[in-house]
Amino acid sequence: MSDAAIDRSGTLEVGRLAVGSIGHHAGGWWGMMTLIATEGFLFVYLEFSYYYFASHYGREWLPSELPSFRLSGPGTVILILSSVAAWWGERGGKSGSRLKLLAGLFIALVLGVVFVALQLREWSDKPFTLASHSYASTYFVVTGFHMAHVIAGLLALAVLILWSGLGYFDRARFAPVSIGIVYWHFVDVVWLTVFVAFYVTPYLR
Amino acid sequence: MAVEQYEKIPSAVVVSEELRRRLHRIWETRPGLFGWIATVDHKTIGIRYIVTAFAFLVAGGIEALIMRIQLAGPEQRLISPEAYNQLFSMHGITMIFLYALPILSGFSNYLFPLLLGTRDMAFPRLNAFSYWVYLASGLFMYASFLIGQAPNDGWFNYAPYSLKPFNPGLNMDFYALGMVFFGISTTVGAANFVVTFLRNRAPGMSINRLPIMVWGTMTISVGILLANPAVSLAFFLLWMDRQFGTHFYDTAGGGKPLLWQHLFWIFAHPWVYIIVLPAMGMVSDALPVFCRRPLVAYTLVILGTITTMVLGFGVWVHHMFATGIPFLATSFFSGASFIITIPSAIAVFAWIATIWTGRVVVTTAFLYFASFIAMFTIGGVSGVMTASVPADLQLHDTYFVVAHIHYVLIGINLFGVLGAVYFWFPKMTGRMLGERLGRWNFWITFFGFNLAFLPMHWTGLLGMPRRIYTYPENVGWTSVNLTTTIGAFILAVGILLLFINVLVSLRRGAVAGPNPWDAPTLEWAVSSPPPPYNFAVIPVVASRHPLWEDRLEEASGRSSIDRGLALDHGKEILATSVIDARPDAVLKMPDDNPWPFVLTLALSVLFTALLLHWWIVAGAGAAACVLAILIWLWPRAELGQKEGAAYE
Repeated sequence: MSDAAIDRSGTLEVGRLAVGSIGHHAGGWWGMMTLIATEGFLFVYLEFSYYYFASHYGREWLPSELPSFRLSGPGTVILILSSVAAWWGERGGKSGSRLKLLAGLFIALVLGVVFVALQLREWSDKPFTLASHSYASTYFVVTGFHMAHVIAGLLALAVLILWSGLGYFDRARFAPVSIGIVYWHFVDVVWLTVFVAFYVTPYLR
Repeated sequence: MAVEQYEKIPSAVVVSEELRRRLHRIWETRPGLFGWIATVDHKTIGIRYIVTAFAFLVAGGIEALIMRIQLAGPEQRLISPEAYNQLFSMHGITMIFLYALPILSGFSNYLFPLLLGTRDMAFPRLNAFSYWVYLASGLFMYASFLIGQAPNDGWFNYAPYSLKPFNPGLNMDFYALGMVFFGISTTVGAANFVVTFLRNRAPGMSINRLPIMVWGTMTISVGILLANPAVSLAFFLLWMDRQFGTHFYDTAGGGKPLLWQHLFWIFAHPWVYIIVLPAMGMVSDALPVFCRRPLVAYTLVILGTITTMVLGFGVWVHHMFATGIPFLATSFFSGASFIITIPSAIAVFAWIATIWTGRVVVTTAFLYFASFIAMFTIGGVSGVMTASVPADLQLHDTYFVVAHIHYVLIGINLFGVLGAVYFWFPKMTGRMLGERLGRWNFWITFFGFNLAFLPMHWTGLLGMPRRIYTYPENVGWTSVNLTTTIGAFILAVGILLLFINVLVSLRRGAVAGPNPWDAPTLEWAVSSPPPPYNFAVIPVVASRHPLWEDRLEEASGRSSIDRGLALDHGKEILATSVIDARPDAVLKMPDDNPWPFVLTLALSVLFTALLLHWWIVAGAGAAACVLAILIWLWPRAELGQKEGAAYE
């Protein structure tokens, strides 16, 4: 895009430069990367707490009925599909189709809501509560932190749908959409680590 | 619209008065209450940070002096044990969180864009927000004194004493919520430094031409992004244990008190490096100016800075040697703690070599920087002693450790900061700080500090534990404690002299001019104080020392200060590539804006309501936060976020 260069005598040649928020040139994109880095580490420490307890106490720390895939399995697939939908919509938006963008964002939003509903169901099915014992506390706080991130992501998707609907974006002025969607991908990837910790590792022994 | 419509070729011009007038109109903050609340000028925000941090330093200092009066002799009854607990806890919290990092953020905020040859930080509104949240969270924690329930479990706040059954008041809730609140400020501030470092440098300012202070702040900002979630989480879980009966830290429900120590020290040991590395960076940049030569071993010092931060994440368990963890773990972390001395010592040798081979000009700033090296060595050596497990088991929880942390924090943070005040005060105010008063200020501070804290190593070796509010007469601790108390008051007089010097010099100090020290970096290329837009044209940088190029001959060409990109179509700065700093985009910057302040108010309501269990108010506060963020982020055409105008 720019063919700027600084030659040996220190003078500056500047070609055409993007103005304002464009793709990965936008400050907001870089800001989102820092947010993802720090939030990613938040989940590292959350899962550290889980593995710390699990490694100290062993099997008897886990509930007698191990967490099941009945709801969490479909929930995981739905969240991944939601990410795919958002990616497809973003691709459509970049090629100039507002319809594809809106459809993709909307499908992602709906699938996200379904995930939340499944998760709420799973929570209410648990025989223990937040205050029962340290496993229960860890389970609800870690999945609760993830749920809070899902809800933040859903708010972001809803706002992006509104802004796209209002015609704020075109093929080039598109940075807020990419920034919001990469956050959504992050929320989904984090779920995979939570899922592995709580639903998969108990069976690996 | 196609991408091409959102591109332009920015024009390069020579600085003119007309351009300066135009930029001044674009960048200045309007006077009045709105401008005061809404300003996003990094220089104003930086000075606010510095003034607020010094105010907290005074508050923490007064707490320390009260404790020193109490400890001056045996069996004193000046204050109650409970009051003493609150004082040492708030003293630690204040100095470590509310003074030590914010003072460095203040200097970095003020200096970053000036050192980097740009006009503002990457996220000016986030910058204002980080300051307001810092102030609000500090006041939040200090409000605990008003109801006599300040945190009382020491700054590292061990479970189970911090849990509800043992500590039923609001004390710990103030600390727990206050630290989550404060963490927001630290995190967004760090994100801003990282992105500014990566993206907003003058063209040509490749990563091997950056001032060390910039590297120091970049390194610790990454450290903050990775470490801070641990402490926010630790405090959040504590609050959950206290309010909702979860079982993270209490053994009764299968929790583990040591989980607190892990989460806390995973954060707090890196934090020790976080609050010293930028100060070391300031010394690395300013000390050579008084040695009239560039810093020795620039690259090694930077690599040492980064290595120290990386290794700093692997030594947290050395705070836990006395907790009965396995021998293998103590051995590993002891080894790591010895190894970390190597990268941290590189800077010391670089500074000594710089002084040795330079032509020293002795000023107050130089004296502070030189004594900084000596303090660093003493604090470093006592640190190495406690890295050894057997020695640590003997010294653990004694005054030896208190002496160590004060040599580190006063020696490597405060002395560097005081030198930096003398060095950059002329840039910030246009006036020099008085040298005569400066010498008194330095020598009294230096003498008072060492009189207070050098004997304290001995106090610890005699076996006096930390955090006791008094001691019996016949244990032989009386004279060392009296000496420390006298030293503490002399130190306080020294700091008072600095404030007097600042107040006198603001009115009557010699006029500084742009470059009073004949220093090499870009901030000295603009007037003192700098104009709101910093640089009339974006400079082009050809070397590490743009203002010393005529005598160093290290550049392949010459830096250009007077001719460069004008970027005068509204508030604009240049985005550059990460490694080589080649021009990459023109960024549209936000105007003065009240939403950071409003969001801070909403957060304050939210945290106060959480403290007092006003759940409905908390819900309203959270909703107000979401609303404020939405308005803040709403796409705007003038910021180039929305479809719209093409650019010429």
